[in-house]
Amino acid sequence: MSRDSAGPGIDRRTVLKASLLAGGGLALEALIPLPALAGPAARNAAPEELSAFVSIARDGTVTIVSKNPEIGQGVKTSLPMMVADELDCDWSQVRITQADVDPRRYGEQSAGGSTATPKNWLPMRQTGAAARAMLLQAAAARWHVDATELSTARGRIFHKASGRSLGYGEVASAAARLAPPALESVALKDPAQFAIIGQPRVGVDSARIVRGQPIFGVDTRLPGMLYAVYEVAPAHGGRLLKANIEAAQRCHGVRHVVPILGNGNADTGLADGVAIVASNWWLANAARSRLQVEWDLSACKGHSSAAYQAQAEAAIAAGAGAELRRDGDPDAQLAAAARRVAARYAYPFIAHASMEPQNCTARYRDGRLEIWAPSQTPQRGLEALHAALGIAPEAVTLHMRRAGGGFGRRLMNDYMLQVAAIAKAVPGVPIKLLWSREDDIRRDYYRPAGWHSFEAALGSGGELVAFTDHFVTFGDGKTPARAAGYNPAMPPAGLVPHLRYGQSMLPTVITTGALRAPGSNALCFASQSFLDEVAHAAGTDLPQLMLTLLGARREIPAPEERAPVFDTGRARDVIEKVVQVSGWPHAVPGRARGFAFYFSHRGYFAEVVEASVAGTAVTVHKVWVAGDVGSQIVNPMGAENQVRGAVIDGLAQALTGQAIEFVDGAVQQSNFHDFPLARMPMTPEIDIAWVKSPHPPTGLGEPALPPVIPALTNALFAATGTRIRSLPVRLQST
Amino acid sequence: MPYRLSVNGSLRQVDVPAEMPLLWVLRDELGLVGTKFGCGKGVCGACTVHIDGAARRSCQVTLGSLGRAKVHTIEHIGTSAVGARLQQAWLEIDVMQCGYCQAGQIMTACALLQRTPQPSVAQIRAAMAGNLCRCGCYNRIQSAIQIAAGMKEESDRVA
Repeated sequence: MSRDSAGPGIDRRTVLKASLLAGGGLALEALIPLPALAGPAARNAAPEELSAFVSIARDGTVTIVSKNPEIGQGVKTSLPMMVADELDCDWSQVRITQADVDPRRYGEQSAGGSTATPKNWLPMRQTGAAARAMLLQAAAARWHVDATELSTARGRIFHKASGRSLGYGEVASAAARLAPPALESVALKDPAQFAIIGQPRVGVDSARIVRGQPIFGVDTRLPGMLYAVYEVAPAHGGRLLKANIEAAQRCHGVRHVVPILGNGNADTGLADGVAIVASNWWLANAARSRLQVEWDLSACKGHSSAAYQAQAEAAIAAGAGAELRRDGDPDAQLAAAARRVAARYAYPFIAHASMEPQNCTARYRDGRLEIWAPSQTPQRGLEALHAALGIAPEAVTLHMRRAGGGFGRRLMNDYMLQVAAIAKAVPGVPIKLLWSREDDIRRDYYRPAGWHSFEAALGSGGELVAFTDHFVTFGDGKTPARAAGYNPAMPPAGLVPHLRYGQSMLPTVITTGALRAPGSNALCFASQSFLDEVAHAAGTDLPQLMLTLLGARREIPAPEERAPVFDTGRARDVIEKVVQVSGWPHAVPGRARGFAFYFSHRGYFAEVVEASVAGTAVTVHKVWVAGDVGSQIVNPMGAENQVRGAVIDGLAQALTGQAIEFVDGAVQQSNFHDFPLARMPMTPEIDIAWVKSPHPPTGLGEPALPPVIPALTNALFAATGTRIRSLPVRLQST
Repeated sequence: MPYRLSVNGSLRQVDVPAEMPLLWVLRDELGLVGTKFGCGKGVCGACTVHIDGAARRSCQVTLGSLGRAKVHTIEHIGTSAVGARLQQAWLEIDVMQCGYCQAGQIMTACALLQRTPQPSVAQIRAAMAGNLCRCGCYNRIQSAIQIAAGMKEESDRVA
């Protein structure tokens, strides 16, 4: 059991008590001695619940519930910071506990799309302000004064006229009995008064992480727990025909071998497989070699990387694809152009490869399912359990465990369905399902491969007058596969008068999905690399071309409903900022520079990479990042880490050789030796500059990633004179 | 057959096959889950422990090969001066994002500083090259090691 996850059959109020008794979620200031984990909170027995999110104990200890999954993006710290600041307490008073999944109590609980900050910025602050208003009201009643005469600071309430003051804990019990105010009615702080928001805060789980304490999904341990592996078809699209489980059943430590027929939905449903349940995970995994399973692999045939490549080339040769967007008359402009530039770009499938392999723990008993899941979308997990296994959401208790990385992989809940199916087959026994690294690499929802055929028309003065892209992706002909769609607002759309974006689709059995900055991570590489070619053809450079295209400061509405507007002024500002801080275009002698810009997940990012090439070896020396995510950086400590991580992630995608390849639906890569990640020696110096703009703050999990890849490939062109038009980068020796 | 092994200063007894890797003895038999599973092939470093003071991949060391060797894990590392300094440095600049690899990173860093108390940047990078961090916390890992070694100024601590 972790310190902050609920045990079976304990109601929520008890959970709060239990986690306080255990010193759960101890908050830490930077630069203080390594703290003891059982702090003053251990003396508190009964914190008073002011709302679903805020409880306050008699000694003033504030417990804030963090509602969203923590996957390394830092929300377990940053969302409670918003609450605490408006509550006007001291951060050292704050304890943080992880919510269980409960949509009625907490609303949406998910981690994805860099949405936690923009969606919660107002509600979390209002939650803190509402609790503060209740405390003020309680204090006013006790002192028989008007609440407007009271002020607060660092967890205390002051009545200036009489010189009286009291701590929040002294009126928490009275406040908890008051009706909470409507959230929209509460007064919020002037941002100039923020005391916690905007200050670097150490992650609330960090002290437990450096001690190796059990907080991750894979660390879940329950009395009598057994360990499971789940053998699935060796190729995507395969189905279970027959399983001979006798030999595996006789293996040391093996308790159960359970063939499971899925629900025929390889994408969002339960995959066919054979579960092996043993007293130790290694024993379960070792018994896999003794399974004799017959699979129907007929649907997998032909789903090979080489075949996809040939089909994509044929689609490009066949025409411009189904029209997604057309502005003006690009064909006429291309025909009449003073100069045309054309190039094709491609990128491979890639895996998420989070360090913590997929896993989930479950116990099924008396018709109820209890789950401990490192999932980015636990609420969708409840729906999936209902659809695949017929277990109603009311019969499920779902605890969120810290995830050892998400990157979009844990938006999917396939592991949750698998462990639930196994637990249902072995009722009463807690089961921890853990995938091997090989399972994890071969059963991903991959960032889909894609191909682009670009063309641009330049006018006599070198100006960009027309731009076209034929995008080849995966899908059923009507709808693109998951995360395989295009972005009709992709720059330079809206910035050139004549433009066409077209799309063709290839059928696939491969499961695809969102990977950090989905869509953008690939579209930015292709489009910003090609625009760099256009800039060179026009005798300028990419920052200048982008500034010319962006033109006057204005807002361009997105063609898709609910998509954010594109503010050309904010784009200009980050471009000008990165040009300034990097001293663009002047590289250190022997090195070369590249630039790229992108707008994704509401964030504006411009980046410059300085690299050098020796033979086929690339060294990235320095990366400059200028980003605008609004008026506030909620937790600079975590925010800078997100940017650094995104930069290193992008460099890894380009430089380490990451590519997932298929032969008849079977993944050819299996582990970190053939699907590499970045390692410390390739890490460059990273310089981050924030552009603060008067807009509500937005998220940082994703938008810093896309530009670094074309900034790198554009630098490699500057270094070598050869364009990098496909990923991963593979330089030819000269 | 039953095996006895020395883990974090105590003698422990387990009854599992000799070929079971130490990682799974620690995690599933002894409940020491701070040591993490990442790859099972010795290529990611998440499972790094100390065996007689040397950083080793516990997924590649079988129980039967341990003999009388002394095993130390992340749960115990704070009892050594270097380990405590590293934990402290890790928190000063909040190295981690998801945090999953950090036990292995700290164990490798600890072995480095015990061997080379004042490592150069090149020595740090070479020593840490075997430990993957998917989140890309490498700048701060390097800084934290320098802080723990007393080689980094206060002014540039928070990267």
